[in-house]
Amino acid sequence: MIHQCVGLVTCQAADVSFNLTGLWNSFGQLTIDGLAWGAIYALVAVGYTLVFGVLRLINFAHSEIFMFGMFGSYFCLQYILGFAPDGNAYNVGIGPTVGYLAVAMVFGMLVSGVAAVGVEAVAYRPLHKRNARPLTFLITAIGMSFVLQEFVHFVLPALLPDYGGPNAQQPIVLVQPKIQFTVFGADVTNVTIATVIAALALAAITDAVINRTKLGRGIRAVAQDPASATLMGVSRELVIMSTFAIGGVLAGAAALLYILKVPQGIIYSGGFLLGIKAFSAAVLGGIGNLRGALLGGLLLGIMENYGQAVFGTQWRDVVAFVLLVLVLLFRPTGILGESLGRARV
Amino acid sequence: MRVALARNVIALGSASLVALTLAGCQQSKPQENTEGPGLQITALSQIDPNGVNIPTPPGATPANPAGNGNASCRPVSLAFAGALTGANNALGINIRNGSQLAIDQHNAANPGCQVQLKPFDTGGEPQTATAVAPQIVDDQFTIGLIGMVFSGETKATGAVFNQAGMAEVSPSATSASLTDNGWKTFFRGVANDSVQAQSVGNYFKNTLKAQKVCVVDDSTDYGLPLATSIRQALGPIANADCALSVKQGDKEFSAAVNQIKGAKPDAIFYAGYYAGASPFVQQLRDGGVTATFVGSDGVKDPEFIKQAGQASKDAILTCPCGPNTGTFADEYTKKYGKAPGTYSAEGYDIATLLLKGIDSGANTRPALLAFVRNYSGDGVARHYQWTPKGELTSNLIWTYKVR
Amino acid sequence: MNRLLAPGDVLRERWSGLGRGQKWIVGAIGFAVLALLPLYTPAILDTPGISFGGTMAQFAMVAIIAIGLNVVVGQAGLLDLGYVGFYAVGAYTVALLTSPDSPWNQMGPNGFLHEGWAWLACVPLAMAITAMAGLILGIPTLRLRGDYLAIVTLGFGEIIRLLADNLSDVTNGPRGLNRVAYPRLGQDAALPDGVFSSGNSAGKANYGTWWFWLGLALMVAILLLVGNLERSRVGRAWVAIREDEDAAEVMGVNTFRFKLWAFVIGAAIGGLSGALYAGQVQYVGPSTFNIINSMLFLCAVVLGGQGNKLGVVFGAFVIVYLPNRLLGVHLFGINLGDLKYLFFGLALVALMIFRPQGLFPVRQQLLAYSAAARRLLRRAVS
Repeated sequence: MIHQCVGLVTCQAADVSFNLTGLWNSFGQLTIDGLAWGAIYALVAVGYTLVFGVLRLINFAHSEIFMFGMFGSYFCLQYILGFAPDGNAYNVGIGPTVGYLAVAMVFGMLVSGVAAVGVEAVAYRPLHKRNARPLTFLITAIGMSFVLQEFVHFVLPALLPDYGGPNAQQPIVLVQPKIQFTVFGADVTNVTIATVIAALALAAITDAVINRTKLGRGIRAVAQDPASATLMGVSRELVIMSTFAIGGVLAGAAALLYILKVPQGIIYSGGFLLGIKAFSAAVLGGIGNLRGALLGGLLLGIMENYGQAVFGTQWRDVVAFVLLVLVLLFRPTGILGESLGRARV
Repeated sequence: MRVALARNVIALGSASLVALTLAGCQQSKPQENTEGPGLQITALSQIDPNGVNIPTPPGATPANPAGNGNASCRPVSLAFAGALTGANNALGINIRNGSQLAIDQHNAANPGCQVQLKPFDTGGEPQTATAVAPQIVDDQFTIGLIGMVFSGETKATGAVFNQAGMAEVSPSATSASLTDNGWKTFFRGVANDSVQAQSVGNYFKNTLKAQKVCVVDDSTDYGLPLATSIRQALGPIANADCALSVKQGDKEFSAAVNQIKGAKPDAIFYAGYYAGASPFVQQLRDGGVTATFVGSDGVKDPEFIKQAGQASKDAILTCPCGPNTGTFADEYTKKYGKAPGTYSAEGYDIATLLLKGIDSGANTRPALLAFVRNYSGDGVARHYQWTPKGELTSNLIWTYKVR
Repeated sequence: MNRLLAPGDVLRERWSGLGRGQKWIVGAIGFAVLALLPLYTPAILDTPGISFGGTMAQFAMVAIIAIGLNVVVGQAGLLDLGYVGFYAVGAYTVALLTSPDSPWNQMGPNGFLHEGWAWLACVPLAMAITAMAGLILGIPTLRLRGDYLAIVTLGFGEIIRLLADNLSDVTNGPRGLNRVAYPRLGQDAALPDGVFSSGNSAGKANYGTWWFWLGLALMVAILLLVGNLERSRVGRAWVAIREDEDAAEVMGVNTFRFKLWAFVIGAAIGGLSGALYAGQVQYVGPSTFNIINSMLFLCAVVLGGQGNKLGVVFGAFVIVYLPNRLLGVHLFGINLGDLKYLFFGLALVALMIFRPQGLFPVRQQLLAYSAAARRLLRRAVS
C-alpha cells in the first residue's frame, strides 16, 4: 500500500510515512538527544531489572516511585533551597547551580528510596511471607500503583497546598538549556551533558556496588539461588530491602534529570508511560541483567528517536513496543541475555 | 544483625529527610509573589473570515445570572456531566466551577427561585457516559444539561437527550460531526473545528504573512480535526514535512523540535491543550526556534504561562471566545482561588443563559428547550445564538498575545 | 481475616455438595434474581450518580471478558496483560463494518448489511476475526513462558490501541467511529429505534437494562460453553499445563496446541464482549482500550478466583460496581467518587495479602462425576 515514493527513501501512504532522508539529515542530533533520553530510561530500568532478578517480580509501582522522586526534588528546590516556582530560569552561576541540583537530587533519591522500601514493606513482604504466586505480586503492584497515583492526585493537594492535583507543578527552572558545542551536526546542550555525566557516574557506581561489594555479591547470590544464599549466610531480607532501595534511589536520580529536561513533567501521571518504556528497556537489554538495563535504556531512547524521524512523531510509542515484541520473539532473554544470577557480568 | 543495620540506615535516612524538611520550612519562605513570570494573556484583536484584524466593537455587557432578583420558580435543577475524575479532568472541573459560580450568584440574588446544579462524573469514558445520561434524564427536576465535556461522550449520549427533549448545551465538544446527527436538543456553545479553520488560516496568510507554517496536533479528537482543517485551509503554506502529530501526554519533543528546526517555518500552529503546549513551546525555544508560536483555544489557559514561563512570551493564541468581560474573572478568582481556565467562561455563560430561561418562566424541559433555541444574548466569552442545527450563528475569532 | 472472607468458602462447600440438577436450579434462580435487579433495585445497592441498568450492562460485558480472560489466565495459566487488545478488535470490527464514518462501512446501499440485523450478523464475524487475531498473536508468542509472555501481550495490547489511534484513514483515529449499529428490537411508536437504542432511557427498563439482559443471556451461553470445555479433555489439558507445563509435555499433552486453543477461545470471547460494547455505546474510540483497563480485567479475574468461572463473574461485578457506587457520594464533605481508584487500589493490596487465592478459589474437579463418586464411596465405606 505504499504509493507516492520519492526514490525509495521517502514514501508516504495513508498515515504511515517512510522517511529515511529525514533520518540521515539529523542523524547526529537524534542520536545525542536519544542518548540523553535513554540515560533516564536506563536509570529507571535498573530498578525494574534488579527487582526482577532478585524476586522475579515485575514491580509496576516503580513508575510511581519515580514520580515521588520528582515531587521530592521539587519540594527540596522550593522549600529547602528556597526557589520560588515562577517558570523563570534562575541564573546563579555554574558552581552554585550544580550544588543546588546535587542537593535536590540527593533529596529526591532519599524520597524515592524510602518510598520504594516502604512499598516493599507494606505490599510485598507480607506476600513473601505467605509464598504468594507471581500473579498475586503483579496484582498488588498494580494496586500500589493506583494508590500512589491517586494519593498524589487527590490527597496531596489537601496536605500541601499547590502540590498534586490535575495540573502539573509550576516549573522551577534552574538551568536554562544552552547549546555548548556542536559535534557531527548535533547541538549538545548543558542539560544533555549534565544528564549523560550524571547517568554515567550513577551507572558506574551501581555497577561497582553490584559487582564488587559484599552487598552486591549477596544480591547476585539471592538472584541465583535464594535457598543456598541463605545457607551461606546472606540475609535475604537485607538483600531485598537493598534491591528496592537501590532501584528507588536511581529512580529518584532519574527524576531530577527528567525535571531538568522537562520542567513541566511533575504531575501525578508523569511516571506511568516512562515506567512502561523503562520496563521495556529492561526487557530489551535482558531482564535481570544490570548492564542489560543500562544498554536497553540507551538503545530504546535512540531507537525511539530514529523511529520518530523515519515513521513520524505519532509512531514513537509503537516503535518502542514493536522493538520490545521483536526482541522477545527472537531473543527472549534480551540482548545481553544472562540474568543477575549468572556471575559473569 | 545486618537487617538491624539496614533498618537503622533506613530510619536514619527518613529522620534526616524529616529534619531537612522541617529545617527547610523554617528557612525564609519563597517569595509569595508566585503570579508567575510576569506574563499575561492579553487580547489582541478580533479577526474576520479573511484573517484581518477588525476594530473591537464596544464591549457588550454580558448577561448577569442574578437577573432582576425577583424571579420565582418551582425547585428545578440543571445537570452538569463530564470528566471530573480521571485524565483531563481539569477541563471538566473548570466548566463545573464556572457553572457553579453562575448558579450561586443567581441563587443569592433570587431567593424565590433556587436552582440546583447536579454534577455527574463520567470520567471522560463514553461507556460511563451512556449510564450517566439515563440518570440525568430520569430526574424529574432536571430540565437542562450543561455538557458533555468531551466529543466522545457527547457522541455516545446525544440521542438520549434528543429522545428526552432535554436541552443539551455543550461548552467544549468541538467535533464537527456532532450536529450532523439530527438531534434537536444539541447546542454547541463553542465554535466547531472546521469553522475556526478559515479565519485562522487566513490570519496566517494575510496578517502574519507567513510563507511556511508547521501545523502540529496532539492526536486528540479536539486537536486532530482542528489541525486537519487548518492544514487544508492553508494549502501549500502548511509545510508537509513538519505536519506533525504528537501524542497527548507526551512531554518530550526532541525529534519534533528537530524536524521543525529543519523545516525553518515562519510560524508554528499547535492544535491541542495547554498541558502539551507548554513543554512543546519551551523545548522549541530552547532548541533555538524563533518562529511565531500560535496556539489554539485549548492552550488559552493561565496554566500555559505558569508552565512554559518565559518561553510563552509573544505566543499568539486564537480562540473563538472573546476576552472575559465584566467582573467574571475577578469573581471566579475570589471563589476558587485561581484564574478561570479553559472553558470556564463557557460554563458560566451556558449556566447563565439557562438560568435566564428558568427566570423567564421556562420551568419544564420543552419550555427551556424552546428558550434556548430562540435565545440571543451576550455572554462573557461571546454572543450566543444558534442555527436550527445547533451551531453558533456568529463565530468571531479573537487573537490574544502573551506579554 | 480468613474467617471474615470465609463466607466464600462456606458458599463453595455448599455449592460443591449440590447435585447437578440442584446446581442448575440454584443457578437459574440466581440469574433470575440478577436479571430482575435493575427493575427492583434495593436502596443500598442503588447507584445515585449513574444508572443502575447501565452499570449492570457494563458489568455484563466485563463479566464476559473476565470469563474469557479466565480461560487464558485461570485455566491455562498463561499470563496475559494485553487482553484489552482483543476487546478492541471485537469492538472495532463491528464499528468498521457498520459506522458511517468508516471506509469499510457495509450498511449503505452498496453493502451487504441491512439495518435490521446488522449488529447480529456482525457478532459472529467479530468473534471470528478476534479469534484469528488471537491465533496470529499466539503462534509466535506462546513459546514464551511466564513473565515474558505477560510482557509480550502487554506490548501487543498497546500496539493495537496505537494502531487504532494512528491509522486515521481507516479507524478515524482519535475521533472514533460513531453511529455503530445495534439490535433493532421492540420498535414501536414511543421508541422508533427499539429498546436497545439510546433513545430508550426513561425509567428502569432503559437501554442499559436491556443490554444487561442481552449480556446476561450471552454470559450464560458462554458459561455453558466454557463449563463443557472445562470438563473435557481440553480442560484437563489446560489444568495440566497450568500446574506444570513440563510434566504435561512429558505425559503427552501437546502443550503448544492447547495453549493456542486457550488463547483463541479467550480471544473469541473477548471479541464477543467488544461487539456488545460497540452496540451499546454506539461509539468506538481508541482511548477506551488502554493498559489500565487491561489491568482492571486481570484484577477481576484474580479477585474473583482464577480458574473459577463463576468467581470471576463476581470479581467483574466488584470492579465495575464499586467505583460506580461511589460516584457522587459525599462523606465529610469529600467527594468519594474522586477517591474511587484510591480505595480500589487499597482493596486490591489488602485482598492480595489476606486472600490471594481470590474470593471464590477454584477447586479442581478432575473427575467428571466426582460428587456422585464421593457419595458412592462414602456409602461403601460407612
